[in-house]
Amino acid sequence: MRFIRSAKDFWSGIMFLAIALSTIVIAQDYPMGSAGRMGPGFFPAMLGWILAAIALVVLIGALTKPGEALEPLAWKDLVLVLAAVLLFGFLVRGAGLAIAIPLLIVVSAFGSVKFRWKPTLALAAGATVFCVLLFVKALGLPLPVLGSWFGA
Amino acid sequence: MDIFANLAVGFETAFTLANLFYCLLGVFVGTAVGVLPGLGPTATIAMLLPITFGLPPVSSLIMLSGIYYGAQYGGSTTAILVNLPGEASSVVTALDGYKMARQGQAGRALATAAIASFFAGTVATCLLAWFAPPLASMALQFGPAEYFSLMTMGLVASVVLAHGSLFKAVGMVVVGLILGLIGTDVNSGATRFTFDLPPLADGINFVIVAMGMFGLGEIIKNLEHEETRSMTIKKIEGLFPTRADLRRIVGPVLRGTGLGSLLGILPGGGAMLSSFASYSIEKKVSPNRAQFGKGAIEGVAAPEAANNAGAQTSFIPMLTLGIPSNPVMALMIGAMIIQGIQPGPGVITEQPMLFWGMIASMWIGNLFLVVLNLPMIGLWVRMIMVPYHLLYPAILLFCAIGVFSLNNSDFDITLMAVFGLFGYLCAKLDCEPAPLMLGFIIGPMMEEYLRRALLLSRSDPMVFVSSPISATMLAMSLAALVMVMLPALRKKREEAFVE
Repeated sequence: MRFIRSAKDFWSGIMFLAIALSTIVIAQDYPMGSAGRMGPGFFPAMLGWILAAIALVVLIGALTKPGEALEPLAWKDLVLVLAAVLLFGFLVRGAGLAIAIPLLIVVSAFGSVKFRWKPTLALAAGATVFCVLLFVKALGLPLPVLGSWFGA
Repeated sequence: MDIFANLAVGFETAFTLANLFYCLLGVFVGTAVGVLPGLGPTATIAMLLPITFGLPPVSSLIMLSGIYYGAQYGGSTTAILVNLPGEASSVVTALDGYKMARQGQAGRALATAAIASFFAGTVATCLLAWFAPPLASMALQFGPAEYFSLMTMGLVASVVLAHGSLFKAVGMVVVGLILGLIGTDVNSGATRFTFDLPPLADGINFVIVAMGMFGLGEIIKNLEHEETRSMTIKKIEGLFPTRADLRRIVGPVLRGTGLGSLLGILPGGGAMLSSFASYSIEKKVSPNRAQFGKGAIEGVAAPEAANNAGAQTSFIPMLTLGIPSNPVMALMIGAMIIQGIQPGPGVITEQPMLFWGMIASMWIGNLFLVVLNLPMIGLWVRMIMVPYHLLYPAILLFCAIGVFSLNNSDFDITLMAVFGLFGYLCAKLDCEPAPLMLGFIIGPMMEEYLRRALLLSRSDPMVFVSSPISATMLAMSLAALVMVMLPALRKKREEAFVE
């Protein structure tokens, strides 16, 4: 794709265009109303068209002006960080903090090039105790230490 | 109304034991955050918001603002000691501050930063007390058309002053506006962009967006370029600047304070732009300009004064108009709404205790900062040495618990992960998250005022130009946009941000 001179701008434009088009399409389902009595679809549709116009300007710029290439995504870090957080959300109610916290710490810590088991496990243990004391005991948040899966 | 009577009310509110405690806690946490690597004030405030829900409104706002200007300050400590600005606005402080530390003058640099920040903070707090009430009473006269134009102007200014590509910044603002539409439409009761997911019916909580984009997104980006930091500081001594030093920094501090106060008021300006601009001015006017970049004390004093002044005066548009000038102020507005306070010009007259209490606490907070920082420098140095690979899992944990406790909902955690992914992709594409955050907060208000203005004018769009105030604001927005698009100025703008 030699005609793309700035990959960063090109993909930004594509991203904006995708968001703009989905906004316009979805907004079709809502009543437009008139300018004087705007329906729920009016403002969204307007924003969608504005964003589409901006997307085109960015895309044209990407084809005409030289710019930066796209760096590869850091897949490992991305997946580990997001997985750690999602895992926490999945486990917090059922399994409880005592399981969700150490797992979040260990899974996310894998993302670092400096990962070593010993300090990570120590951090996991410390963080679990600290959070249970702070959030459950001191602040009284309704978070289970051991969740419903364990009959708690 | 007498300003002294008002300040008396404020100090009375701020000087309760509880509020002094929250002020101290705020600046302490803020400094810690500024010192710790890879955690900005936006993510921290988002993380700590849930904890403030149980506090009275005054205390929670005092604490949150303390975190903000505390972080401003803490960033300079790392900038000077290890050449790693904990915060974007301290980048220029690192240029000369770190050189001074290398030459064994860390104490002098730290003390200069403290004095400059305190002076600037005091002046900016006075400006806030003087200018906020008249501005607010002017804003009370605004109709929906003026408000719509004011918000347009705010968004345009934030785009013009943002760094990076102009069009991408505009795009991010619009994406933010669109995200702000998700939820139930107030006028018709229709649910929009909810994809039939019940948790989205109330809209997306701004805390989730902020934590996802500024917290998670930032962490993934940092992991990609994991740095190794080394501490090579000798013992820090000589925390008192000499009389000659003081004479050298008077001018830079005054200029930095003035510039910072001015730029802080502008939307999108705030602390970062102030510190950059004041450094480049000093580099041109200083009699010691040859020393700049080699450890000039002026190069520490001016940007430190400017970023603290800018941080403080950026409260002015938030408190008087209800319009955020940066993502942190957007979060403060969110915090006010959660506390049941409608941000805007009415706050000063309806909640004088809250308004003046906050202002008084800012001055007290600045005093705390000086007291906290210089004698406790040893503690902060030890915090700098916390390695990132042990820090970020803990930050993630706090984000997850914070978001979960908003509504006790695991859906919110999923949503945060989605915004984390989006934030990372945006960073990869050089699309700034800050304009998005402003658009997200302003979006619903803007739609409301647009609808109301056009309803009142019976769908005549001329309403936006027939009012002189509204017309002026729109003209100024347009002029600003055209100006940055002119090739000559565009180059200047790029240069200004490169430095």
